[in-house]
Amino acid sequence: MLEVDGLVKAFGGFRAVDGCTMRVNEGEILGLIGPNGAGKTTLFNLIAGALQPTAGTIRFLGEDVTPLSTDALFHKGLVRTFQIPHEFGRLTARENLMMVPPAQPGEDLFANWLSWGKVQRVEEAVRRKADETLAFLELSHVADERAGNLSGGQKKLLELGRTMMTDAKLVLLDEPAAGVNRTLLRKLEEKILILNRDWGYTFILIEHDMEMIEKLCQPVVCMAEGKVLIQGDFHTVRSDARVLEAYLGETPSAIERNEFEHDPKVEQLREQELHKEDL
Amino acid sequence: MDLLGLANYAVFMAILIGIYALLALGLNIQWGFTGLFNAGIAGFFAIGAYTSAILTSLPAAHRLGGFELPMVLGWVAAMLVAAAIAWPIGKICLRFRSDYLAIATIGIAEIIRLVIRTEGWLTGGVRGITGIPRPFGELPYMQSQLAFLAIVVVLVLLAYMLVERQVNAPWGRMMRAIRDNENAAAAMGKRVADRRLQAFVFGSALMGLAGALFVHFNRSITPEAIDPMIATFLIWIMLILGGSGNNRGAILGAAAIWIIWSVSELLTDRLPTEVAIQAKYARVFIIGLTLQLVLRFRPEGIVPERQAGAASSRR
Repeated sequence: MLEVDGLVKAFGGFRAVDGCTMRVNEGEILGLIGPNGAGKTTLFNLIAGALQPTAGTIRFLGEDVTPLSTDALFHKGLVRTFQIPHEFGRLTARENLMMVPPAQPGEDLFANWLSWGKVQRVEEAVRRKADETLAFLELSHVADERAGNLSGGQKKLLELGRTMMTDAKLVLLDEPAAGVNRTLLRKLEEKILILNRDWGYTFILIEHDMEMIEKLCQPVVCMAEGKVLIQGDFHTVRSDARVLEAYLGETPSAIERNEFEHDPKVEQLREQELHKEDL
Repeated sequence: MDLLGLANYAVFMAILIGIYALLALGLNIQWGFTGLFNAGIAGFFAIGAYTSAILTSLPAAHRLGGFELPMVLGWVAAMLVAAAIAWPIGKICLRFRSDYLAIATIGIAEIIRLVIRTEGWLTGGVRGITGIPRPFGELPYMQSQLAFLAIVVVLVLLAYMLVERQVNAPWGRMMRAIRDNENAAAAMGKRVADRRLQAFVFGSALMGLAGALFVHFNRSITPEAIDPMIATFLIWIMLILGGSGNNRGAILGAAAIWIIWSVSELLTDRLPTEVAIQAKYARVFIIGLTLQLVLRFRPEGIVPERQAGAASSRR
């Protein structure tokens, strides 16, 4: 379904992604792990078209999509979520979902005058779908709440919901578990499995929560220093010597305790604070 | 001031409030709903004003124009030309983030002002354009004023309805999404650059219309009228005070600020001449102070942006 071949992304002299080659088959939930700075998110940005690679190709459904931008890839069925929730803060949760479906007639300035009836009919259908999605995610009670006021975990669910409002084929999830409490996390895992099994979504999942990776992902890919170290099932990857070495300074027992690195939740909060200052 | 004089003054003020309301609605599309920091409102106002002036005025020896076309045609042309000039500007500048866009648009408005001052063959240079017709201008003063007010009110209402429908439609939702998070909107398949350009052009067209109304009201125009204080910053303050992201707020803000601005002029004009000059600055100070107070105590404006979900779900 997705073939990444010899992908390189250089920022000045630093090669964040350095000759990355991997393949994702339809129906998989591929787990992407690796220490911080391994190039996972950069790889996501390249696949999703937010960054242009320095070298290499990306093929999606047999088509070369390397030069395409994010919005064009969306229309091909490749949809992403973000590590830091990218909700539309001043839109309600329902509106966050309703804005997603592509080619809504009401997005055309003139259609709002020339075919208002059609605009409203489509709008009604979109609203129903949004409400169904909110119900599926168990977010119906916050449908009219501004998305900026939701909790971090609810925002993550909402982002997953956005991928359900279009005909997604491949969904890129960037750390869906970061900053999400245990109860919500189980819910999130369950939803991802349902989407995979019943909706036929293929996923690539960046995650530091090893429990989640073990539960959901097959195969697992470990990246380090911009390259793919190893691909295989969870237990093979986890016990591979190169993987252990990549997580510098960490002992195997720490890995057992899911402490590959600093607490991702703390990191998430810190990043959110930084992000707020940027705004 | 006698009663008739007071009524006259009220009508005069209402007409200008209407013209400013159009400008504020135009800015609301750009900033309130799309997040584009246009600090060159005066430029688009001027383009609209001069376009309609050139097309409808009486012939004059020293400049182009004097086509004596019907005024309605002049207004439509004012919107079209303002939109046509906004398009390439937006195409280049909208790639900038908001603060850079502000600097770029200030620069562009200044360029437009300089072109108008120096290209005398087109615009009459510093002498400006006179002999611009006025709708119902042949009626006695009071009737003519009232008729003009009626036209302005109708146009503001039309513009209000036009903008309201667009921002409550999926178009407006998409724009607010782009404003809130550009990257996520792109990830949801929206063509961010094209959509921002659309909003920029749409808003600029309304600003052009306001310019056209202004010249027909004034019957003449000189480059003095394109003062960024009056034609850019005042409108920003109107929108912020009224409530950006809310069209009723934009109109209310236009009324409130214009009343403060012109009543303070009445007061300063009564002062003895020695202090009247300094008092002019006090007016700017009062406006600045108003802005500070609003930002401190009610940053979302008098009528804040509606939580659109609540409005649309309660249908």
